[in-house]
Amino acid sequence: MNPKRCAACKYLRRRCPKDCIFSPYFPPNDPQKFAWIHRIYGAGNVSKMLQQLPDQTRAEAAESLCFEAKCRVDDPVYGCVGIIHFLQTQIQQTQNQLAKTQAEIAVAQTKLSQTHNSDFM
Amino acid sequence: MASSSNSYNSPCAACKFLRRKCMPGCIFAPYFPPEEPHKFANVHKIFGASNVTKLLNELLPHQREDAVNSLAYEAEARVRDPVYGCVGAISYLQRQVHRLQKELDAANADLAHYGLSTSAAGTHGNVVDLVFQPQPLPPQQPPPLNPVYRLSGANPVMNQMPRGTGGSYGTFLPWNNGHDQQGNM
Repeated sequence: MNPKRCAACKYLRRRCPKDCIFSPYFPPNDPQKFAWIHRIYGAGNVSKMLQQLPDQTRAEAAESLCFEAKCRVDDPVYGCVGIIHFLQTQIQQTQNQLAKTQAEIAVAQTKLSQTHNSDFM
Repeated sequence: MASSSNSYNSPCAACKFLRRKCMPGCIFAPYFPPEEPHKFANVHKIFGASNVTKLLNELLPHQREDAVNSLAYEAEARVRDPVYGCVGAISYLQRQVHRLQKELDAANADLAHYGLSTSAAGTHGNVVDLVFQPQPLPPQQPPPLNPVYRLSGANPVMNQMPRGTGGSYGTFLPWNNGHDQQGNM
C-alpha cells in the first residue's frame, strides 16, 4: 500500500488517488480528524460537500466540519449548538452587567455634578 | 415538541423523504413531523439518515429531541453557509463577547475613576479557551433549544449574518485560538 495515503484513504483502507478530494485537508499525521468527520457525517457526505465548493474555500470548510464533528463527539446531544447557547448566555450576562455599570456611572456623574453645584452656592 | 406520527395517520417526514413505510416505533417519527419536510431534508443532506439513526440510538430517549433539534440547527446552518456552517455563528458570537467585554472593562474603569467599586466586575473567563474545549452542558439544565432552532426568520444570530460569504467569518475562527487570520486577537 502507498505509504503516502492521506488519513481518509488510510481510514477507508483504499488507494489514495492523485486527485483525492480529502488528501489536501486530511494529512496522514492527523488520523483523528478524519475519524471524527467520518463518524458524524460519513465520508460520502463530506466528499459531496467539498466537491460542491470552490477550491479556495475547501480548507476552511474541512476545518469547520472537523470542529463541528469534534463538538458532536464530545457532546452527542448538543454538539456545537451547546457552544452557541453558552455564548448567547455570556452575551446576555455581559450586556446586563454593562447596563448595570453604566447606570452606576450615571448615578455617580449625577452625584458629582450635584456636589459641584452645591460647592458653588 | 415531539410528535407521534405513525403509519395510521401520515408517514413522518423522514419516511416520506426516504419513500418507505413509516412503521410504528420509527425512530424518526417523534422528531420529524410531516409538516416540516425541510427539517429532515437538511439533516439528511448533511448528516445522512443512517448516521442520524446511529447517533439517536446512542442516546437516551429523553435526550433525542434536543439532539435532533441541534442537528437540524447545524444542518440548516451548513446549508446556508456551506463553508463555515455553525462555526460562522460561533465566530460572530465570540466577536460580540469580546466587544462587550471590552466595553464592560472600559465602563468599570470609568466607574473606578469615580472612586466607586462594583462587585460586578464582569467575568474575565477566557471564552476562547472554552470554545476550544467545549464543556457539555450539565444534564440538569438542558438549554431551551426551540428558540435556537427556529431559524426561519426568527433567530437573531442567524438573521444577522450574511449568507455563504465564505470568508467574512475568517476572523476569530475557533481553530485559530481566538486569533484572526492575520494573527491579531
